[in-house]
Amino acid sequence: MNENIKELEKKAKAAKLGGGRARIEKQHAKGKLTARERLDILLDEDSFQEWDMFVEHRAVDFGMDEQKIPGDGVVTGYGKINGKLVYVFSQDFTVFGGSLSEAHAEKICKVMDHAVRNGAPLIGLNDSGGARIQEGVVSLGGYAEVFQRNVLASGVVPQISLVMGPCAGGAVYSPAMTDFIFMVEDSSYMFVTGPEVVKTVTHEEVTAEELGGASTHSRKSGVADLTFKNDTEALLMTREFLSYLPQNNKVKSSTVATDDPVEREESSLDTLVPEDPSKPYDIKEVINKIADDGEFFEIQPNYAQNIVIGFTRLNGSTIGVVANQPLVLAGCLDINASIKGARFIRFCDAFNIPIWTLVDVPGFMPGTSQEHGGIIKHGAKLLFAYAEATVPKVTLITRKAYGGAYDVMSSKHIRGDVNFAWPSAEIAVMGPKGAVEIIFRKDIGDEQKIEKRTKEYRTKFANPFIAASRGYIDDIFLPHKTRGKLCHSFEMLNNKKQENPWRKHDNIPL
Amino acid sequence: MFKKILIANRGEIACRVIKTCQKMGIKTVAVYSDVDQNSLHVAMADESVHIGGAASSESYLVIDNIVNACKQTKADAVHPGYGFLSENEAFAHALVVAGITFIGPKAEAIVGMGDKIQSKKIAEQAGVNVIPGYTEVLADSKQAVKVANEIGYPIMLKASAGGGGKGMRVVRDDKECIHGFERTQNESLSSFGDNRIFAEKYITEPHHVEIQILADQFGKTLYIGERECSIQRRHQKIIEEAPSPFIDSYTRQTMGQQAVTLATAVHYESAGTVEFIVDAEQKFYFLEMNTRLQVEHPVTEMVSGLDLVEQMILIAAGEPLQLNQSDIETNGSAIEARIYAEDPYRDFMPSTGRLQRFRIPDNLDSVRIDTGIEEGSEVSIFYDPMIAKLIAHGDNRDRAIENMLAALDQFYISGVSHNLNFLCSIFQNDRFKMGDTTTNFIQEQYPDGFQREQLNDRQQLVAVSILACIHQNNIERLQFHPENVSRHSPWSVSFNHTSIDLTVRKFPENYEVYIGSQVFIVDLLRSPNDPIIKATVNGHPHFFQLENLHPGYRLSYRGRVLEALVTRKRTAELNQLMPEKIAPDMSKYLLSPMPGLLIKICVKESQTVKAGEELAIVEAMKMENSLRAINNAKIKSILVEEGDNLTVDQAILEFED
Repeated sequence: MNENIKELEKKAKAAKLGGGRARIEKQHAKGKLTARERLDILLDEDSFQEWDMFVEHRAVDFGMDEQKIPGDGVVTGYGKINGKLVYVFSQDFTVFGGSLSEAHAEKICKVMDHAVRNGAPLIGLNDSGGARIQEGVVSLGGYAEVFQRNVLASGVVPQISLVMGPCAGGAVYSPAMTDFIFMVEDSSYMFVTGPEVVKTVTHEEVTAEELGGASTHSRKSGVADLTFKNDTEALLMTREFLSYLPQNNKVKSSTVATDDPVEREESSLDTLVPEDPSKPYDIKEVINKIADDGEFFEIQPNYAQNIVIGFTRLNGSTIGVVANQPLVLAGCLDINASIKGARFIRFCDAFNIPIWTLVDVPGFMPGTSQEHGGIIKHGAKLLFAYAEATVPKVTLITRKAYGGAYDVMSSKHIRGDVNFAWPSAEIAVMGPKGAVEIIFRKDIGDEQKIEKRTKEYRTKFANPFIAASRGYIDDIFLPHKTRGKLCHSFEMLNNKKQENPWRKHDNIPL
Repeated sequence: MFKKILIANRGEIACRVIKTCQKMGIKTVAVYSDVDQNSLHVAMADESVHIGGAASSESYLVIDNIVNACKQTKADAVHPGYGFLSENEAFAHALVVAGITFIGPKAEAIVGMGDKIQSKKIAEQAGVNVIPGYTEVLADSKQAVKVANEIGYPIMLKASAGGGGKGMRVVRDDKECIHGFERTQNESLSSFGDNRIFAEKYITEPHHVEIQILADQFGKTLYIGERECSIQRRHQKIIEEAPSPFIDSYTRQTMGQQAVTLATAVHYESAGTVEFIVDAEQKFYFLEMNTRLQVEHPVTEMVSGLDLVEQMILIAAGEPLQLNQSDIETNGSAIEARIYAEDPYRDFMPSTGRLQRFRIPDNLDSVRIDTGIEEGSEVSIFYDPMIAKLIAHGDNRDRAIENMLAALDQFYISGVSHNLNFLCSIFQNDRFKMGDTTTNFIQEQYPDGFQREQLNDRQQLVAVSILACIHQNNIERLQFHPENVSRHSPWSVSFNHTSIDLTVRKFPENYEVYIGSQVFIVDLLRSPNDPIIKATVNGHPHFFQLENLHPGYRLSYRGRVLEALVTRKRTAELNQLMPEKIAPDMSKYLLSPMPGLLIKICVKESQTVKAGEELAIVEAMKMENSLRAINNAKIKSILVEEGDNLTVDQAILEFED
C-alpha cells in the first residue's frame, strides 16, 4: 500500500513536471506558457479536475519504450469558467513536442465524449509538433478518432480551439472543424503543408509566419476568428467569450445582469447616417451605442471587414450581430463576407442565439473575380443560412437595402420576425442612379434629364415607406429609439418555437 | 433696441451670441452652410437661413448671401462673432448700405486696425510703444534678407492679412529667411488671397498680454483689464487667463491707458482688443488691434462680471456706456482652455471626424463651457477644429486651476484626437502653476513633444483600487452563481511589468480595498454606458475616465493614463513571463503625421538628404505642414504620389539603412 502511495506521488510529480525544467524554460523563452500554466489562467481557481494523468504511450519502436512520461503530452479534464462547466485538453509541447500518440488521442477523445454526453463546451489548447512519427499509422488513427468526434459534437456543444503553438499537417483539421479558432500572435502557426514542402513543390520561399501565422489567418485566409497578443490575453479573453455562449444546443445562454436601461436613448445616432448616400459611416457605432454597457465582442474583426459579426447583449441576453459595414467596400456583399456571415449565423442558430441584423447594403460585389470565384454559390450560403435559421431574427435597415441583397439580409420574406427601418432607409431594387439609367436609357447623355429622373426616383423609392405599406417593414422610428425597440422585440420573441421539415440534413451550397 | 439679430457665424461663438440675445429678449437668425444644417447654432436660433456650400468661401465669407439673409428675415443688426467677416470692412460697409447695423466698430476703424502695417503706423503716431521693424511691404525675399539684417535676427515674417497663427514664421538666418519668405507668401495667398508680407523683430521670452476695451458712440472708452494668452502652440493660443500672473499693476495701468489712447485715435466703438507683447522686464510693445470679440473673451467676463456681447449690442444700438473706469473690478482669477480636435502626441496635428462620444461636465459651479457641438456632431475639415472652450473661475489662481482640472476630468471625447491630456499636463506643470509662462512655454517644457504621462505613486494606488472594485463588479455579473462569489477577493493589478496585490471587500454601500497596510474606502458612482466614473476615495471625490480594453482597462485621471490587467494573483505571476512585444520598426519610413493632401515631394529616389531638410509637404486644414528629415539619410523609395490623400501613419517614403 505504502509502495503504491509512493508510486502515485512519484508519477504525479513526473506528470506535473512534463518534459522537465529545461524544456519548460525553453517554452517560456519562446514567450509561451506550459500546458498546465495555461489551464491555471483559463479555469476558475482550483476548479480543474484532471483525468488520465497516468496514461502512457504504448510504442516500443525507435527506443520509445525507454521514454515514457506520465500524461503523454496532453493534460485533460474538466473545470469551470465563471462557475460554468467546461471540458479541456491542453497539449504539452515540453513532452515529445506535444506530438499526438494513440494514447494522447484517446485522452482527448475521452473528454470530448463527456462534453457531448454532459452538454458542456469543449476547449482545446493546441501546441503540438504533429503526429508521433514513431507510432506511424496508429497516430494517424488517433487524429481521425478526434476528427470524428469534432464532427459529432458540432452543433451539440460549443467547441473552441486555441492555437498556441505549432499546429500543422492533418492536425489542423481538428481546430478547423470546431466553432472558433483563436490564435496567439508570433507564437502560433497553422498550415497543411509547411514552408519546406512548399519550397520543394512550388519553389515559393515563405516563412512559417507568413504562411500560417496569426496575422495571415486573421487577415488573409479567415481561418482564425480572433488573435491575441500573448497567451495570457488569449486565455482571459476566452473566459470572457464563454460568457456569451450557452452550454449546449438544448439551452440558452445565461443572462448577465445589467443596469443599462432598456429605454436608453442615444440621440447622437440621429446624426450618424450622412445625408449624402455615398458617404460612409461606422456601423459599429450603432452596435456599441445600442449594446448593454456598450459591449460588443467582435469576431473576425480583420477579415472581410465589409461585414461585421460578433456577440453582444441586449437587456442581459446574448444576441448575435450581423451587420453590413459601409466603411469598407460600401458594405457590399462579396464571397468572403458571405461566407463569414453565413457561418456565424449557423452557429447562432445551432446554439439558440437570437440574431440582430443591421442592413446597409448596396448589393453584391460585381466583377470577374467575384463571378469566377463563385459568388453565386457563396452568396447563396448567406441566404441559405438566414432562411433556414429558426432563432429569433430582428432586422434593422439603417440605409441602403438594394436588390437581392435586401432579400438576403434577413428580410421579412425569409422569416425575419421583426423588421425595422430608420427613416434614412432606402429599400429598392437598386440605387436611384442605376435605376434611372435603365428605365430612361434613351435619356442617357442628357444630364439634366437624368438628374431630374434620378431625383424623381429618389423621392419615390429611396425611402422605407413603400416597403412599410406592404408590411415588409413592421415599424419605422428615429435612431435614438433603437435600443428600446430592439430589447422589446427580442423579449417578445423569447419563447419563439419554429421547426423546419424533417430531413436527414439540408444541402447548403458548400 | 434691435428686434432681431442675425449671427454671421457658426459654432460655439454663434451659440454664445444667441444666448445673450435670448437673455435680452432679441430674436435670432442663424446662417448655415451645406454641412451645418443640423448644427447646434441652427437649432438654438429662432430662424435660420442656408447661405451656401461647405467651404467658408462659399458661405460664411460671402457678403451678399449674408446681407440677403438679413433682408429675407428682416434682421436689423448683425453680430459677426470672430473670424470669417468679423474684421472685413467691405462687409461692415455693405450692411450700412443695406440699412442694417453691424455690431462692431465702424468700417474706418476696421480698415485702420485690420491692416497690420497700417495699424502699426497709427499706433506709433498715437504714442503707443511699437516693436522695431520694417513697416513697409517687403517686395521679395532679397529685400526681406536686407531688412532682416538691418533689424537683426531673429525676425518674424508676418502676412499682412494674417491672424490666428496663420501666415507667421520666425527665421534665424538668411537661408531661413529666403525660404520662409516664399512659404509665408504662398500660405498667405492661399489662405487670405493677399501676399503682402512684412517683417519685425522677434522678441525672446515674450508674454502675450492683451487689453480688452469697450467704447461707445459718444467717445467714452474703457479698458476692462487684461488677458494673458502666452500659452500657445503653433503660434495659436490654447490657454488664456485674466488677470495676467506676470504683469504688475503699474504695467497694467499704462498698458490699459495706451490701449484707450489707440482706440480713441481711430474713433473706435464696440468691444475691441489691443494686443501687446511683453518682454521679461515688462517692457511692452503694440502687436495689433483686433476689432472684434476675441475667442478668449469669457475670462474677462468671468472676472469682471460683464457680458461683453450684451455691451456690444447696447453700444451698437446707440446706448451710452453706463460704466466708468472706476467701476471696473477684477474678481478672482479665470482661466480658459481651448479644447481642440488635434493630436498633442503628434505635434498638434488637427484631427477631423465624428464625435462619437462627447461628454461634458454639467452643473459645475465656477465653470463655464462654450461649445457649438454635441455628441454625434462632425468636426469638419472646413472649419476651425475647436471643440469647446472650458473656462474655470476661482477666488485665486490656484483655485481656478484646481476647478479647471476637476472639470477636465469630466470630459470624455472619442472619435477624434483631442488635447485634453495635454491641457491637464499644463495645469499640473509647476512652472505654469507659478505663473511663469512665456509664449515659448510649450516648446521649453515639452522639447521632444508631448508624451504620455504616468500617474504619480499616490494617484496610482487610488486608480488601482478603483479598477479592482470595477473588476470585482464585472466578474460578479458574469458568474453563473453570483451568490457564490467571495465578497472578499484578492486581486492583482498588473501594469508596466509590475503588479500590485490587493484585497477587495464589498459591502452593500461601498468597498474596502486593502493594499499592504493601507486601506482605501471606495464609493463608485457610475451611470450605465458612461465612460465617466465618479469615485469617492477615503472621502475625496474624483472623476475618472474608464475604457474597457478587453482584457484589461484604461483609466485616465488628470490626463494621466493607467492601462492595467486585473486578474487573480496566479495569472499575474504567469503574465510576467509574457515577452514584451516590440512594435515594428517604422524608423526607416517617413510617416504622414496626419490625414491630409500630399502637396509636394521635395526629394527623389536615391537622393541623400541632411537632417532638417524638407522631404514632403502635407496640407491639412489649409495649413502646409513641412515634413523634414530627422537624420542624414538616403532616400530608398517613394511610396506615394503628389496629390494623394494620405491617412495618418501612412508611409510616404523609405530611407536606406
